[in-house]
Amino acid sequence: MKISRIAELLNAEVVSGKELLESDVHSACGSDMMSDVLAFVKDQAVLLTGLVNPQVIRTAEMMDMLCVVFVRGKQPSADIVALAEECGIALLTTSERMYTACGKLYAAGLTGGSVVKK
Amino acid sequence: MSVPLKFHYDVSGGDFTSAGKASVQAKKALRQLGFDPDVIRRVAIAMYEGEINMVIHANGGSADLVVNPDSVEIILADTGPGIPNVELAMKEGYSTAPDNIRSLGFGAGMGLPNMKRYTDEMRIDTEVGKGTTVTMRVSVK
Repeated sequence: MKISRIAELLNAEVVSGKELLESDVHSACGSDMMSDVLAFVKDQAVLLTGLVNPQVIRTAEMMDMLCVVFVRGKQPSADIVALAEECGIALLTTSERMYTACGKLYAAGLTGGSVVKK
Repeated sequence: MSVPLKFHYDVSGGDFTSAGKASVQAKKALRQLGFDPDVIRRVAIAMYEGEINMVIHANGGSADLVVNPDSVEIILADTGPGIPNVELAMKEGYSTAPDNIRSLGFGAGMGLPNMKRYTDEMRIDTEVGKGTTVTMRVSVK
């Protein structure tokens, strides 16, 4: 699913990374706990979160994620936006709640990835 | 690459917002060396979780990478309080992180388990009151 489609489905504002809107993401993850996000691995994923701090971007960068969606209308600060731009990660913000945002993307065909088990 | 390449990073304690900088640098170095993205991601995640742990629990420490053609070794060393019960600390969901760290999205008790999950070998040497050294190895297949 293209990031532009995610923005459309969630009626989201594109805060940064407009040049990434036509990039494809293959899976999604919704969490406010970054260590839970780090337990999930998939290329080209999108992260939905209600947490707004620089570690969200660092976590997304470690996971090679292309896009972060802040739910419940959360707005990232300028330093977070700058970090995302440096890392090549698109930032979206939607007024939807986490459950609804995940549900809309899932219903449109964007599924969750698998958790690595050992 | 006949001799191992070595990289050293200092992890500063107390400043949670900058935690992860060493992992970002390590990731860039491995990318420049042409490693497979999956190997790079596994090293970066394991190192990042370790870095976060050192910032939360040990007031920082050091991170060293030893890069061989067939493996990447990560050595994280601190002089923090040590881990009294390693078996308990390895349990998913067990955490001693303070509330302010939880509010930042960490402290879910997944740090050490994630480090083990993403690496092929992991050893913890720890002594209460002296510090902890975690040595991990990621194989390059």
